Amino acid sequence: MTSHAHARPDSASGEDHGSRRSYLLGFGLSVVLTAIPFALVVTGALPAALTGGIVVALGVAQIVVHMIFFLHMNPRSEGGWSMLALIFTVIVVVIALSGSLWVMHHLNTNMMPVHDMSQMP
Amino acid sequence: MSTSAIAAHLDDQGRPLFHLPEEPHHPDGASTPLGFWIYLMSDCLIFAMLFAAFGVLGGAYAAGPGPKDLFDMPLVALNTAFLLISSITYGFAMLAAHEGRQTSTLTWLGVTGLLGVAFLGVELYEFSHLIHEGAGPQRSAFLSAFFTLVGTHGLHVTFGVIWLVTLMAQVAQRGLDGRNLRRLTCLSMFWHFLDVIWIGVFTTVYLLGVLR
Repeated sequence: MTSHAHARPDSASGEDHGSRRSYLLGFGLSVVLTAIPFALVVTGALPAALTGGIVVALGVAQIVVHMIFFLHMNPRSEGGWSMLALIFTVIVVVIALSGSLWVMHHLNTNMMPVHDMSQMP
Repeated sequence: MSTSAIAAHLDDQGRPLFHLPEEPHHPDGASTPLGFWIYLMSDCLIFAMLFAAFGVLGGAYAAGPGPKDLFDMPLVALNTAFLLISSITYGFAMLAAHEGRQTSTLTWLGVTGLLGVAFLGVELYEFSHLIHEGAGPQRSAFLSAFFTLVGTHGLHVTFGVIWLVTLMAQVAQRGLDGRNLRRLTCLSMFWHFLDVIWIGVFTTVYLLGVLR
Protein backbone atom coordinates (compact mmCIF):
# COMPACT_ATOMS: atom_id res chain seq x y z
CA MET A 1 0.00 0.00 0.00
CA THR A 2 2.76 2.41 0.94
CA SER A 3 4.77 1.78 -2.20
CA HIS A 4 1.62 2.16 -4.27
CA ALA A 5 0.90 5.54 -2.72
CA HIS A 6 4.37 6.75 -3.64
CA ALA A 7 4.26 5.37 -7.15
CA ARG A 8 1.36 7.58 -8.19
CA PRO A 9 1.98 9.10 -11.60
CA ASP A 10 0.61 12.53 -10.78
CA SER A 11 3.10 13.17 -7.99
CA ALA A 12 5.78 12.98 -10.66
CA SER A 13 3.97 15.53 -12.85
CA GLY A 14 4.54 18.28 -10.32
CA GLU A 15 1.40 17.92 -8.20
CA ASP A 16 2.13 19.54 -4.89
CA HIS A 17 0.39 18.13 -1.85
CA GLY A 18 2.19 20.17 0.75
CA SER A 19 4.13 19.27 3.84
CA ARG A 20 3.32 19.36 7.54
CA ARG A 21 5.42 22.52 7.79
CA SER A 22 3.55 24.35 5.01
CA TYR A 23 0.16 23.39 6.48
CA LEU A 24 1.19 24.62 9.93
CA LEU A 25 2.60 27.83 8.48
CA GLY A 26 -0.61 28.46 6.55
CA PHE A 27 -2.68 27.67 9.64
CA GLY A 28 -0.63 30.05 11.81
CA LEU A 29 -0.97 32.87 9.27
CA SER A 30 -4.73 32.22 8.98
CA VAL A 31 -5.20 32.34 12.76
CA VAL A 32 -3.41 35.71 12.92
CA LEU A 33 -5.31 37.06 9.88
CA THR A 34 -8.63 35.96 11.47
CA ALA A 35 -7.90 37.10 15.01
CA ILE A 36 -6.87 40.66 14.08
CA PRO A 37 -10.10 41.66 12.25
CA PHE A 38 -12.32 40.03 14.91
CA ALA A 39 -10.43 41.83 17.68
CA LEU A 40 -10.60 45.17 15.84
CA VAL A 41 -14.35 44.89 15.25
CA VAL A 42 -15.27 43.60 18.72
CA THR A 43 -13.14 46.13 20.62
CA GLY A 44 -13.82 49.02 18.23
CA ALA A 45 -10.29 50.31 18.85
CA LEU A 46 -10.06 52.17 15.54
CA PRO A 47 -12.52 54.37 13.61
CA ALA A 48 -15.13 52.34 11.70
CA ALA A 49 -13.97 53.34 8.20
CA LEU A 50 -10.34 52.42 8.92
CA THR A 51 -11.42 49.15 10.59
CA GLY A 52 -13.49 48.30 7.50
CA GLY A 53 -10.52 48.83 5.20
CA ILE A 54 -8.23 46.71 7.39
CA VAL A 55 -10.84 43.92 7.69
CA VAL A 56 -11.24 43.71 3.90
CA ALA A 57 -7.47 43.81 3.30
CA LEU A 58 -6.81 41.04 5.85
CA GLY A 59 -9.68 38.98 4.41
CA VAL A 60 -8.13 39.15 0.93
CA ALA A 61 -4.71 38.30 2.42
CA GLN A 62 -6.19 35.27 4.16
CA ILE A 63 -7.80 34.05 0.94
CA VAL A 64 -4.38 34.24 -0.75
CA VAL A 65 -2.81 32.34 2.18
CA HIS A 66 -5.45 29.59 1.86
CA MET A 67 -4.94 29.38 -1.90
CA ILE A 68 -1.18 28.92 -1.51
CA PHE A 69 -0.88 26.75 1.60
CA PHE A 70 -4.12 24.71 1.60
CA LEU A 71 -5.18 24.58 -2.07
CA HIS A 72 -1.53 24.41 -3.25
CA MET A 73 -2.10 26.97 -5.97
CA ASN A 74 1.01 27.64 -7.99
CA PRO A 75 1.68 28.46 -11.66
CA ARG A 76 2.99 24.92 -12.31
CA SER A 77 0.20 22.68 -10.98
CA GLU A 78 -1.77 20.94 -13.77
CA GLY A 79 0.53 22.59 -16.30
CA GLY A 80 -0.76 26.03 -15.34
CA TRP A 81 -4.39 25.30 -16.23
CA SER A 82 -5.75 25.50 -12.70
CA MET A 83 -4.06 28.89 -12.23
CA LEU A 84 -5.52 30.04 -15.57
CA ALA A 85 -9.02 28.94 -14.49
CA LEU A 86 -8.54 30.76 -11.19
CA ILE A 87 -7.39 34.00 -12.85
CA PHE A 88 -10.33 33.88 -15.27
CA THR A 89 -12.75 33.32 -12.36
CA VAL A 90 -11.22 36.14 -10.33
CA ILE A 91 -11.62 38.52 -13.30
CA VAL A 92 -15.28 37.54 -13.78
CA VAL A 93 -15.97 37.79 -10.04
CA VAL A 94 -14.35 41.22 -9.77
CA ILE A 95 -16.32 42.54 -12.76
CA ALA A 96 -19.62 41.08 -11.49
CA LEU A 97 -19.16 42.20 -7.88
CA SER A 98 -17.83 45.70 -8.50
CA GLY A 99 -20.28 46.25 -11.36
CA SER A 100 -23.32 45.15 -9.32
CA LEU A 101 -22.33 47.20 -6.29
CA TRP A 102 -21.53 50.27 -8.40
CA VAL A 103 -24.68 50.21 -10.52
CA MET A 104 -26.98 49.45 -7.61
CA HIS A 105 -25.34 52.11 -5.43
CA HIS A 106 -26.03 54.70 -8.12
CA LEU A 107 -29.61 53.53 -8.53
CA ASN A 108 -30.11 53.71 -4.78
CA THR A 109 -28.66 57.20 -4.42
CA ASN A 110 -30.14 58.71 -7.58
CA MET A 111 -33.59 57.15 -7.69
CA MET A 112 -34.52 56.83 -4.05
CA PRO A 113 -36.32 60.20 -3.63
CA VAL A 114 -39.92 59.90 -4.72
CA HIS A 115 -40.37 62.39 -7.54
CA ASP A 116 -43.52 64.44 -7.56
CA MET A 117 -44.90 63.38 -10.92
CA SER A 118 -47.42 66.26 -11.04
CA GLN A 119 -44.53 68.72 -11.33
CA MET A 120 -43.17 66.98 -14.44
CA PRO A 121 -43.73 68.84 -17.73
CA MET B 1 3.65 18.13 -26.57
CA SER B 2 5.81 20.82 -28.14
CA THR B 3 4.71 22.88 -31.13
CA SER B 4 7.51 21.56 -33.35
CA ALA B 5 6.40 17.99 -32.70
CA ILE B 6 2.90 18.87 -33.92
CA ALA B 7 4.06 20.89 -36.93
CA ALA B 8 6.54 18.21 -38.00
CA HIS B 9 3.72 15.70 -38.47
CA LEU B 10 2.77 15.39 -42.15
CA ASP B 11 -0.41 14.04 -43.68
CA ASP B 12 -0.40 11.51 -46.56
CA GLN B 13 0.06 14.29 -49.18
CA GLY B 14 3.17 15.51 -47.38
CA ARG B 15 1.52 18.70 -46.08
CA PRO B 16 2.17 19.61 -42.44
CA LEU B 17 -0.62 18.88 -39.97
CA PHE B 18 -1.29 21.50 -37.34
CA HIS B 19 -3.40 19.36 -35.07
CA LEU B 20 -2.64 16.29 -33.03
CA PRO B 21 -2.99 13.20 -35.24
CA GLU B 22 -4.55 11.39 -32.30
CA GLU B 23 -5.66 12.18 -28.79
CA PRO B 24 -2.74 12.07 -26.37
CA HIS B 25 -3.09 9.24 -23.90
CA HIS B 26 -4.14 10.25 -20.40
CA PRO B 27 -3.78 7.89 -17.48
CA ASP B 28 -7.19 6.99 -16.01
CA GLY B 29 -8.49 9.80 -13.81
CA ALA B 30 -5.47 12.07 -14.36
CA SER B 31 -7.64 15.02 -15.39
CA THR B 32 -10.16 14.63 -12.56
CA PRO B 33 -8.51 17.13 -10.17
CA LEU B 34 -8.42 19.82 -12.88
CA GLY B 35 -12.03 19.12 -13.85
CA PHE B 36 -13.05 19.32 -10.21
CA TRP B 37 -11.16 22.58 -9.83
CA ILE B 38 -13.08 24.03 -12.77
CA TYR B 39 -16.34 22.90 -11.11
CA LEU B 40 -15.21 24.73 -7.95
CA MET B 41 -14.55 27.87 -9.99
CA SER B 42 -18.12 27.72 -11.32
CA ASP B 43 -19.32 27.24 -7.74
CA CYS B 44 -17.29 30.31 -6.89
CA LEU B 45 -19.38 32.26 -9.41
CA ILE B 46 -22.58 31.16 -7.62
CA PHE B 47 -21.19 32.51 -4.38
CA ALA B 48 -20.01 35.69 -6.12
CA MET B 49 -23.60 36.37 -7.22
CA LEU B 50 -24.90 35.73 -3.70
CA PHE B 51 -22.22 38.04 -2.29
CA ALA B 52 -23.24 40.68 -4.85
CA ALA B 53 -26.89 40.30 -3.79
CA PHE B 54 -25.90 40.64 -0.16
CA GLY B 55 -23.72 43.66 -0.95
CA VAL B 56 -26.65 45.38 -2.67
CA LEU B 57 -29.38 44.37 -0.18
CA GLY B 58 -27.28 44.24 2.99
CA GLY B 59 -28.53 47.64 4.11
CA ALA B 60 -32.23 47.11 3.32
CA TYR B 61 -33.56 46.35 6.81
CA ALA B 62 -37.21 47.30 6.04
CA ALA B 63 -37.33 48.94 9.50
CA GLY B 64 -36.42 45.54 10.96
CA PRO B 65 -33.39 44.40 12.93
CA GLY B 66 -29.90 44.99 11.52
CA PRO B 67 -26.62 43.12 11.95
CA LYS B 68 -25.79 44.91 15.20
CA ASP B 69 -29.01 43.66 16.80
CA LEU B 70 -28.77 40.13 15.46
CA PHE B 71 -25.23 38.83 15.20
CA ASP B 72 -23.52 37.16 18.12
CA MET B 73 -19.82 37.74 17.42
CA PRO B 74 -18.40 35.14 19.89
CA LEU B 75 -20.57 32.52 18.16
CA VAL B 76 -19.29 33.59 14.73
CA ALA B 77 -15.71 33.48 16.01
CA LEU B 78 -16.34 29.95 17.35
CA ASN B 79 -17.73 28.84 13.98
CA THR B 80 -14.79 30.41 12.14
CA ALA B 81 -12.42 28.54 14.46
CA PHE B 82 -14.23 25.23 13.76
CA LEU B 83 -13.85 25.63 10.00
CA LEU B 84 -10.26 26.87 10.17
CA ILE B 85 -9.17 23.98 12.41
CA SER B 86 -11.05 21.52 10.18
CA SER B 87 -9.01 22.80 7.24
CA ILE B 88 -5.72 21.87 8.88
CA THR B 89 -7.02 18.53 10.17
CA TYR B 90 -8.06 17.72 6.59
CA GLY B 91 -4.55 18.73 5.52
CA PHE B 92 -3.12 16.24 8.04
CA ALA B 93 -5.47 13.57 6.68
CA MET B 94 -4.11 14.21 3.16
CA LEU B 95 -0.51 14.03 4.38
CA ALA B 96 -1.24 10.73 6.14
CA ALA B 97 -3.02 9.44 3.01
CA HIS B 98 -0.04 10.26 0.78
CA GLU B 99 2.20 8.43 3.26
CA GLY B 100 -0.16 5.43 3.08
CA ARG B 101 -1.06 5.50 6.78
CA GLN B 102 -4.68 4.37 6.70
CA THR B 103 -5.62 4.52 10.41
CA SER B 104 -4.13 7.97 10.76
CA THR B 105 -5.99 9.14 7.64
CA LEU B 106 -9.29 7.85 9.00
CA THR B 107 -8.69 9.47 12.40
CA TRP B 108 -7.94 12.89 10.88
CA LEU B 109 -10.93 12.56 8.53
CA GLY B 110 -13.10 11.72 11.54
CA VAL B 111 -11.87 14.81 13.42
CA THR B 112 -12.53 16.94 10.32
CA GLY B 113 -16.05 15.54 10.01
CA LEU B 114 -16.82 16.23 13.67
CA LEU B 115 -15.62 19.82 13.28
CA GLY B 116 -17.84 20.15 10.20
CA VAL B 117 -20.82 18.81 12.17
CA ALA B 118 -20.03 21.22 15.03
CA PHE B 119 -19.97 24.09 12.53
CA LEU B 120 -23.34 23.04 11.14
CA GLY B 121 -24.77 22.66 14.65
CA VAL B 122 -23.77 26.20 15.61
CA GLU B 123 -25.08 27.58 12.31
CA LEU B 124 -28.43 25.82 12.67
CA TYR B 125 -28.66 27.10 16.26
CA GLU B 126 -28.00 30.63 14.97
CA PHE B 127 -30.62 30.29 12.22
CA SER B 128 -33.29 28.88 14.55
CA HIS B 129 -32.51 31.62 17.08
CA LEU B 130 -32.93 34.31 14.40
CA ILE B 131 -36.17 32.81 13.09
CA HIS B 132 -37.48 32.46 16.65
CA GLU B 133 -36.77 36.18 17.22
CA GLY B 134 -38.87 37.02 14.15
CA ALA B 135 -35.79 37.72 12.03
CA GLY B 136 -36.47 35.02 9.45
CA PRO B 137 -35.64 35.27 5.74
CA GLN B 138 -39.01 36.90 5.00
CA ARG B 139 -38.42 39.81 7.40
CA SER B 140 -36.32 42.06 5.14
CA ALA B 141 -34.22 42.01 1.98
CA PHE B 142 -31.13 42.03 4.20
CA LEU B 143 -32.25 38.87 5.99
CA SER B 144 -33.29 37.17 2.71
CA ALA B 145 -29.83 37.81 1.28
CA PHE B 146 -28.20 36.72 4.57
CA PHE B 147 -30.07 33.41 4.78
CA THR B 148 -29.48 32.66 1.10
CA LEU B 149 -25.74 33.32 1.22
CA VAL B 150 -24.96 31.71 4.58
CA GLY B 151 -27.49 28.91 3.96
CA THR B 152 -25.92 28.03 0.59
CA HIS B 153 -22.53 27.80 2.27
CA GLY B 154 -24.02 25.65 5.03
CA LEU B 155 -25.62 23.39 2.43
CA HIS B 156 -22.21 22.94 0.80
CA VAL B 157 -20.68 22.01 4.15
CA THR B 158 -23.52 19.51 4.71
CA PHE B 159 -22.79 17.79 1.41
CA GLY B 160 -19.07 17.95 2.22
CA VAL B 161 -19.70 16.07 5.48
CA ILE B 162 -21.83 13.44 3.69
CA TRP B 163 -19.08 13.01 1.09
CA LEU B 164 -16.47 12.77 3.84
CA VAL B 165 -18.35 10.00 5.67
CA THR B 166 -18.75 8.15 2.35
CA LEU B 167 -15.03 8.41 1.68
CA MET B 168 -14.21 7.21 5.20
CA ALA B 169 -16.22 4.07 4.46
CA GLN B 170 -14.47 3.69 1.08
CA VAL B 171 -11.01 4.07 2.63
CA ALA B 172 -11.88 1.67 5.47
CA GLN B 173 -13.06 -0.96 2.96
CA ARG B 174 -10.60 -0.63 0.08
CA GLY B 175 -7.61 1.14 1.57
CA LEU B 176 -5.68 4.07 0.17
CA ASP B 177 -5.54 3.01 -3.47
CA GLY B 178 -5.14 5.42 -6.38
CA ARG B 179 -8.87 5.96 -6.77
CA ASN B 180 -9.47 6.74 -3.13
CA LEU B 181 -6.50 9.12 -3.09
CA ARG B 182 -7.97 10.92 -6.09
CA ARG B 183 -11.35 11.19 -4.33
CA LEU B 184 -9.68 12.42 -1.16
CA THR B 185 -7.82 15.05 -3.22
CA CYS B 186 -11.10 16.30 -4.73
CA LEU B 187 -12.80 16.49 -1.33
CA SER B 188 -9.74 18.30 0.02
CA MET B 189 -10.15 20.98 -2.66
CA PHE B 190 -13.88 21.19 -1.88
CA TRP B 191 -13.28 21.49 1.86
CA HIS B 192 -10.55 24.14 1.62
CA PHE B 193 -12.63 26.01 -0.97
CA LEU B 194 -15.54 26.18 1.51
CA ASP B 195 -13.18 27.62 4.08
CA VAL B 196 -12.14 30.28 1.54
CA ILE B 197 -15.83 31.14 0.97
CA TRP B 198 -16.31 31.34 4.74
CA ILE B 199 -13.51 33.96 4.91
CA GLY B 200 -15.63 36.05 2.52
CA VAL B 201 -18.74 35.40 4.63
CA PHE B 202 -17.34 36.35 8.01
CA THR B 203 -15.56 39.36 6.53
CA THR B 204 -18.39 40.88 4.50
CA VAL B 205 -21.50 39.61 6.29
CA TYR B 206 -20.56 39.57 9.95
CA LEU B 207 -17.58 41.91 10.48
CA LEU B 208 -18.53 44.59 7.92
CA GLY B 209 -22.20 44.11 8.86
CA VAL B 210 -21.56 44.95 12.50
CA LEU B 211 -19.43 47.94 11.41
CA ARG B 212 -22.13 49.27 9.09
